[in-house]
Amino acid sequence: MTSPVATSAVVTARGLTRVYGEGATAVHALRGVDLDVQPARLTAVMGPSGSGKSTLMHVLAGLDKPDGGTVSIAGVEVTGLDDKGLTELRREHIGFVFQFFNLLPMLTARENILLPAEIAGETVDPAWLDELVEKVGLGDRLGHRPSELSGGQQQRVAVARSLASRPTVLFADEPTGNLDSTTSAEILELLRSTVDGFGQTTVMVTHDPEAAAIADRVLNLDDGAIASDEVRS
Amino acid sequence: MRRVALQGLWLRRGRALLTTLAVVLGVAMVCGTYVLTDTISKAFDTIFTTGNAKTSAVVSARDVVDQSTSGKATIPASLLTKVRSAPDVAEASGLVQASGQGTDQIRLIGPDGKTIGNQNAPKLAFGVDFGATRFNPFTLSAGDWPKGDGELAIDRSTADKQHLKPGDKLGISAQGAKRTFTITGVARYGKVNSLGGATIGLFDVPTAQKLLGKQGRFDTISVAAASGVPDKQLAAGLRSVVGKDATVRTGAEQAAQHSKDIEEATSFIRYFLLAFGFIALGVGAFVIYNTLTITVAQRVRELATLRALGASAKQVRRSVLLEGLALGALASVLGLVLGYFLAKGLSAAFVALGIDLPKTDQVLKPRTIVVSLALGVVVTALASIAPARRATSISPVAAMQEGAKLPPKLGARRPAVGLGMLVLALVLLGVGAFAGLSTAVALGFLGGGCLILFAAVAMLANRVVTPLARVLGAPAKRAGGAAGRLARENATRNPARTASTAGALMIGLALVTLVATLGQGLRSSDRKSLEDLVSADTVVTAKNGFDTIPSAAGRAVAKLPGEHAYPVRHDRAKAFGDTVSVDGLAPGIESVLRLSSVPRPGQALVESDYADKHHLHTGSELAVVTPSGKRLRLRVAGVQKRTSVQKIDPLLAKVLVSQATFDGAFPRPGDAYVFLSGPASAKTVQKALAPFPDVEARSRAAWVTKRVNAINTLLNLLYVLLALSVIVSLFGMVNTLVLTVFERTREIGMLRAVGMSRRQVRRMVRQESIITALIGAALGLPLGLLLARLLSSALADQGVAFAVPGGALVIFTIVAILAGVLAAIAPARRAARLDVLKALQYE
Repeated sequence: MTSPVATSAVVTARGLTRVYGEGATAVHALRGVDLDVQPARLTAVMGPSGSGKSTLMHVLAGLDKPDGGTVSIAGVEVTGLDDKGLTELRREHIGFVFQFFNLLPMLTARENILLPAEIAGETVDPAWLDELVEKVGLGDRLGHRPSELSGGQQQRVAVARSLASRPTVLFADEPTGNLDSTTSAEILELLRSTVDGFGQTTVMVTHDPEAAAIADRVLNLDDGAIASDEVRS
Repeated sequence: MRRVALQGLWLRRGRALLTTLAVVLGVAMVCGTYVLTDTISKAFDTIFTTGNAKTSAVVSARDVVDQSTSGKATIPASLLTKVRSAPDVAEASGLVQASGQGTDQIRLIGPDGKTIGNQNAPKLAFGVDFGATRFNPFTLSAGDWPKGDGELAIDRSTADKQHLKPGDKLGISAQGAKRTFTITGVARYGKVNSLGGATIGLFDVPTAQKLLGKQGRFDTISVAAASGVPDKQLAAGLRSVVGKDATVRTGAEQAAQHSKDIEEATSFIRYFLLAFGFIALGVGAFVIYNTLTITVAQRVRELATLRALGASAKQVRRSVLLEGLALGALASVLGLVLGYFLAKGLSAAFVALGIDLPKTDQVLKPRTIVVSLALGVVVTALASIAPARRATSISPVAAMQEGAKLPPKLGARRPAVGLGMLVLALVLLGVGAFAGLSTAVALGFLGGGCLILFAAVAMLANRVVTPLARVLGAPAKRAGGAAGRLARENATRNPARTASTAGALMIGLALVTLVATLGQGLRSSDRKSLEDLVSADTVVTAKNGFDTIPSAAGRAVAKLPGEHAYPVRHDRAKAFGDTVSVDGLAPGIESVLRLSSVPRPGQALVESDYADKHHLHTGSELAVVTPSGKRLRLRVAGVQKRTSVQKIDPLLAKVLVSQATFDGAFPRPGDAYVFLSGPASAKTVQKALAPFPDVEARSRAAWVTKRVNAINTLLNLLYVLLALSVIVSLFGMVNTLVLTVFERTREIGMLRAVGMSRRQVRRMVRQESIITALIGAALGLPLGLLLARLLSSALADQGVAFAVPGGALVIFTIVAILAGVLAAIAPARRAARLDVLKALQYE
């Protein structure tokens, strides 16, 4: 689908700084991070806890505002957007996969998948939905509620939900953090295959080396700065 | 453990305060009622004590008939000579007093031709022997005492309000047409400017006697004892002189009697207002119960950790109960303070209605404090028993589990409990409505049944919440898209919680529906039968709709060319040891009023119910005593079938006599209505009534409408008082929403992350609130109709019919929607303002 050769970055960050607190107790979560996320690649952000990896993802996704620097997604300057603009950005360009799945308990798997489109007042192309469902392998479980699904199945629903609107970039925050190792491997495989099959640009924050192993590029953060940036081919 | 409970409460103090508001309002209503009524009593006590300060004894007529529309019985003026010659008497003087009721009042008429003062306030008048200064309760603040016909003094309050001063002219109207008098002075009663908004006219004794039709009579004789004689000794001496026709009281006894009368009048206000305070407290209990249940559910982890650390089930239960007690104590204290100020507000409302209460400091009796505090604490404690019991079912292992939940509630586990209560409630209601018990007992059964019914319906409601939300939420889904759909789903996530939140609103709505339905029943049964009964072209009545009017008004309109006037005299009399209403019918009245027969002089027509009760039938003898003490022997000429006109405000009296019989036996005859047939329009008739400022003429249709709508004032008052319980349930809805938003923080974060806008979040919360409110309406309105159906059966012999007030039901539904919108304002804002990132990371 997409050319394997990166032409231009879909997510661009320049000189990101983020400080929590003030004075002597101030914590520098990000100290001037520059980053270009290439399209159709799986970028893993790793690092020990407190390294700033989560902060980086939050800032990139527009969930947190940086103290300095800029972020743009698909050419849109994220750092300058108000709440309304951010809402629009999330609807059009961003998909999320969370550690705790965050499915709505009273909706079925299918309804959970369609929820973002419903919120945005859009419809999902049925053919795309079928393809997606087949991809995540939910098949006969679509009519079940989250409480009737296993953790792995719930995360599959969450992945399908994040992809339904064909986001420019998918942010996954410790997607395997709440799963056992077998299930983790299945979810990682699913994420890998969406990058390969749909050319889905994905940024994944993880401290799981298994997870990093499937990435095209692994960024290591330490004390708010990029310590290593390894591109695999 | 105690420390843990109280510290936890302190941490959640914002929410705790919101919770207490539910009880604060009920307590405030109870406290405010006591303060208000105690203050009124105290004020009048003070007045009567000062008024009687220098009077050793008072001679008055024995009360013959309670609540007579022609005033109290009088004593002959000749008695004064007897009293003066009695032993130990230093001085005595006769007083004429208009009670302010019916024909026993004197209206002051302003330059605009209208009666001064609120139409519901009494128009008092006194005929005072100004020479006997020690008995005169009034003190002049300007001018001189009146002397002879054509002169009067007025009370300070009226003079101030109307800018009147000595020398000004003022119209007065008593038994006859309006006359013009000159003001000679302005006076105060004791030290107060006003007597509860009444206007007061002061005359010399002969003038007052003439105006009020009390020639040769006094209302009371004030007596001063010779020096050194105790009041009791004087009174004993007087009793032997005056005989059995008059009562003698010492000054202190007289003041006590006045206090008792006032106490009786205020205790009605007290119990009436207290009833609404109790309803509000009941709804508040619901709200507290619901809030504590939610907080216990949210603190499963915390409570389980305590169990794991070694706390016993008993300790956990106690900590929840303690939390409830602390909330109750706080709420009671706040309610007490608020109630004190509420009393001031109520008193201001009375002033706005034209009832000036005498100025005095507010009275806060120890009883008020004890009752208010006890009620608040007990109600809250009772409401926390069930949540406390539930808290004990938390097992220590829940501390280690993610998303541990409480086992379902007793009601949900065992629907039999709710069903049993429902059956019991229906049995009580059925017995109350259909067993033919006396009205008081029946109302007791119905009241108890109501209470249990509300609790049972709230317990069972969780089963109907889901289908109801499906139906009621359909418009929300259509209008609100995803937000609307999620609102509907959210409302059914915890049916028990939604049910009890809606249950609180249900109670208020059920009660207003009950009131509206009974009101509608009264109205519709009235209109038809009135139109059926009365065929007059024009009807003349008092403007306020309930006073009797001077018979001179009827004579004035009878002079109009071509008009035939048929007055209906009205008063009360005593028969079979009880008070009974009596009407005197003009000859020929059958041409405008449908009657089975017309009584001739000496005959009585008796209403069927009354006849049955006292075993009267055609030919029986009926003896009545009139307010002036005259005995009247009547022969029952027929039994008048009770018309379907409701008995709560009957058109005609129980005993009907001829006008001639009436006028011969009743003092100061007044008319309830004057029916007219003839060509004159109501406007023309009204012109002829110009000298009678409080009398109005209406066409038959207009009269029927006014009479039918007279109940509206009462309905409005009930609505205002029931609004209190609706407001309490509103706090409950706010509470639940706040707790729910708090509980769903992470979920809201996710929704925002996947593209939900702030507006959509607000809409989602608001629509959940509206759905909850509509569930309250869907339960409350039918419940109110059911209760009205039962109550109208119980009151069927009072002429109460059952009629569905369609318009009112629509309005109440709109009120419910507005309540939902209002309750959601703050929680929705809070939800929309959540920081997406923090919400997502919230545990």
